Amino acid sequence: MQWETVIGLEIHVQLATKSKIFSGSSTTFGAEPNTQASAVDLAMPGMLPVANEQAFRYAIMFGLAIDAEINKRSVFERKNYFYPDLPKGYQTTQLAEPIVGAGHVDVQLSDGSSKRIRIHHAHLEEDAGKSLHEDFHGMSGIDLNRAGTPLIEIVTEPDMRNSEEAVACARKLHAIVTSLGICDGEMAQGSMRFDVNVSVRPKGEDKLGTRTETKNLNSFRFMERAIKLEVERQIELIEDGGSVTQETRLYDGDKHFSRAMRSKEEANDYRYFPCPDLLPVVFDDDYIARIKADLPELPDNRQARFIEQYGLSLYDASILSAEANMASFFEAVVKACDDAKLAANWILGELSARLNSEEQSVSASKISAVQLAALIKRIKDNTLSSAGAKKVFEALWNGENNDVDAIIEANGLKQVSDTGALEKLVDEVLAGLPDQIAQYQEADEKKRKKLMGGFMGPLMKASKGQGNPKLFTEILIRKLGE
Amino acid sequence: MHNKTVAELSKGLAQKEFSSEELTSHFLNRIETLDGRYNSFITVCKEQALADARAADKKIQSGTATAWTGIPFAHKDIFCTQGVTTTCGSKMLANFRPPYDATVALKFKEQGAVCLGKTNMDEFAMGSSNESSYFGKVVNPWGDNLVPGGSSGGSASAVAARLTPAATATDTGGSIRQPAALCGITGLKPTYGRVSRLGMIAFASSLDQGGPMARTAEDAAMMLNVMAGFDPKDSTSLDNPVPDYTATLNQDIKGLRIGLPKEFFTSDLDSKMAGAIRAAIAELEKRGAILKEISLPHSALSVPAYYVIAPAECSANLSRFDGVRYGHRCDDPKDLMDLYMRSRSEGFGEEVKRRILIGTYALSAGYYDAYYRKAQQVRRLIKNDFTEAFADVDVIASPTSPSPAFGFGSKGDDPVKMYLEDIFTISTNLAGLPGMSIPAGEIDGLPIGLQLIGNYFDEGRLLNVAHQFQTVTDWHTKAPKGIS
Repeated sequence: MQWETVIGLEIHVQLATKSKIFSGSSTTFGAEPNTQASAVDLAMPGMLPVANEQAFRYAIMFGLAIDAEINKRSVFERKNYFYPDLPKGYQTTQLAEPIVGAGHVDVQLSDGSSKRIRIHHAHLEEDAGKSLHEDFHGMSGIDLNRAGTPLIEIVTEPDMRNSEEAVACARKLHAIVTSLGICDGEMAQGSMRFDVNVSVRPKGEDKLGTRTETKNLNSFRFMERAIKLEVERQIELIEDGGSVTQETRLYDGDKHFSRAMRSKEEANDYRYFPCPDLLPVVFDDDYIARIKADLPELPDNRQARFIEQYGLSLYDASILSAEANMASFFEAVVKACDDAKLAANWILGELSARLNSEEQSVSASKISAVQLAALIKRIKDNTLSSAGAKKVFEALWNGENNDVDAIIEANGLKQVSDTGALEKLVDEVLAGLPDQIAQYQEADEKKRKKLMGGFMGPLMKASKGQGNPKLFTEILIRKLGE
Repeated sequence: MHNKTVAELSKGLAQKEFSSEELTSHFLNRIETLDGRYNSFITVCKEQALADARAADKKIQSGTATAWTGIPFAHKDIFCTQGVTTTCGSKMLANFRPPYDATVALKFKEQGAVCLGKTNMDEFAMGSSNESSYFGKVVNPWGDNLVPGGSSGGSASAVAARLTPAATATDTGGSIRQPAALCGITGLKPTYGRVSRLGMIAFASSLDQGGPMARTAEDAAMMLNVMAGFDPKDSTSLDNPVPDYTATLNQDIKGLRIGLPKEFFTSDLDSKMAGAIRAAIAELEKRGAILKEISLPHSALSVPAYYVIAPAECSANLSRFDGVRYGHRCDDPKDLMDLYMRSRSEGFGEEVKRRILIGTYALSAGYYDAYYRKAQQVRRLIKNDFTEAFADVDVIASPTSPSPAFGFGSKGDDPVKMYLEDIFTISTNLAGLPGMSIPAGEIDGLPIGLQLIGNYFDEGRLLNVAHQFQTVTDWHTKAPKGIS
């Protein structure tokens, strides 16, 4: 039987506000446990929440970016459950009246097509603290630094049909929130966490199959693998005569293995009700219009601009424009070297390869935009050959020296572009290769091109690799044609 | 000295008739010798009070005093006080010392007022008789076998017994007004949002409101001058200007329109109570007030609506008492569930558990629409009733409670009987309106209260009417037998 996969996503995005959503505590990641937890975050008796306007502003920015309806009135509710890292015994969240209503994102797929994924809504809520289960002699430690960090939870419609579409949607949302500057996008730190709802159904069937929810995936790679694993598991289960249980599952990315966490029967009744400590929040059109006017450039607009302004291909533009950090790195390089083509080639080539192999984002690049631009300038003014440029890149990356010119100097990578000197070398080399000259002169245009290599090798050797290959070629063509 | 009002004490301090230290010692001595009988205090801050009094005396000497500098008073033990045990009448918080002050506590500190201690109360402010405190029942100074009302029974009893000139209190369904009535003192529940709730331990967030308890309307006005005001740290606090509530006390009430809700004056009302209240209202009529019968058609629904909404909110508000971070924690928990179950089972009393259960039930899947949503709809109807009524009248008058103080255990095992104690007061909380109770007569030698309900932010008018009443009557000056 042919199966169709149906995927919906729920994405928790930590907002990059300075303080928490309902208290003045800092939200900086990585502080000593419980040093960023105030009396409000600890839910001490009598403490009250005060909503952080910046969190609303960020949520509205997101809503505008996905072309969603902004609900001018939104209401916080209490979601009741007991857990030690949830100090109040309820999470303050939105349910019936979320800040962001229905919207959509368009994603590019590898076959060149694009697909629209509908967003059901996005709501504001507070993050919980963390339970630490190691090093406490059988007990659990509670760190409430994260408790009260503002989140938007984005809920998509079940519009995705395979892991590629799901990952493309996740990447697009990552690109949007980082471009807006409302989230740092650091997935390894939990700044963006993905829950994946997966079900399968016979192809052609309208009714949705029973879904499972795999929680807290924190990388695109894990997300892709977890979906594939879950789809296989469900199909196998059904084909073996079983049925899928509605449950929450946990995926272990390192072991590539998932297990059931709790089933629907064990699910809590959260007893949502409007939080009486927080009144409904109401925004007027002006407020929203002002946010809209100040919206930074979005990935889709940036991609179009990169094609237009820099003459990039759709493919290059799509990659360079997706992430705000990458885009601004690219533009900084272009600005300093004035060559978009070379900048794009080097960033998508050498730099990306390096970053990928070290599993780093561009913000962790060991070569700055200024350095890369300096390198490109030396390619443009013929100081560096491409081989030499790679050596300089290597030296910069390894931190041997910070200055491009100093590296060129120290390693003798400067190309010789003195035409007189080069001509002399050409004459010397040609004098030792009479047979090859004859062969060349008898050959047609097409063959000649191939034969050029036979001269270039000895020439580069004679110039100790420093001769400008472009000039060598010009001189050769001229001399051989004589 | 203990029969003087706050206004008189303030004058006495300013004129250096006595020092704050003398005054404070006097009240501390009274608490020490007499409170064994009333149990109105949970904590007495003797050393701190004397130190604060000496500091106040210096301020008075240096001429930087305010009306409240050096005046002793007490806080209901629901207001968090930095470094001073704050129990909320519960075993759960028996050893809880907050590292912060409630906004209300801070405001009194800023004035240089002297906190004598923390008064007893029904556990988590849930009760109408002060029988549910973990620290023992409070006795009404009007009779050893009588309840003081609740939940602010400790504050009411302490003021009535002249153990403190005034005390803070809170009112969720009548917890200031009903004990004020039963103990023969003056109490005011302000408009919801008038007094900051920050640091006031929550029972039902949308209904809780702090307010003053004192012997006279003038003293209540002086207290409200300190307590009222916008607090940016309380999102339900309202940013309205605070008038000087003492400035309007002496306004003429000629032409004042007083509404008498026909639903409150039915044949069900005890005839002695009806007579006493009508006599009190007649005094206001003599001063030029005009009486009008009005209707609050949905008032019969206020008790059932309240007993859905308040427990629902409390069921969530009290979830934080889980034994994890502070408060009572059971010995040797086996696992997390055991920690939760035993800490909460041991830490909470019967009435608190009952309300958590009711609230949890009312919010549960499948019941929410029938209970919580319906109750909120009723709440809106009740609010609309008042809005309509206030189009025609300036204040609404009624009894504060159905009867004077009743005996311990007399409501038996039926919690609903106890809940009906608040039948006249609850609708005010549901609507968020200010309400007041003033001593207005006696039944069989026991004080009764006249309730005055005002429009939003009309506390000034309530205090004005109450003060005018108190200039021509002496019910508020009557002390329980044995107190002189």
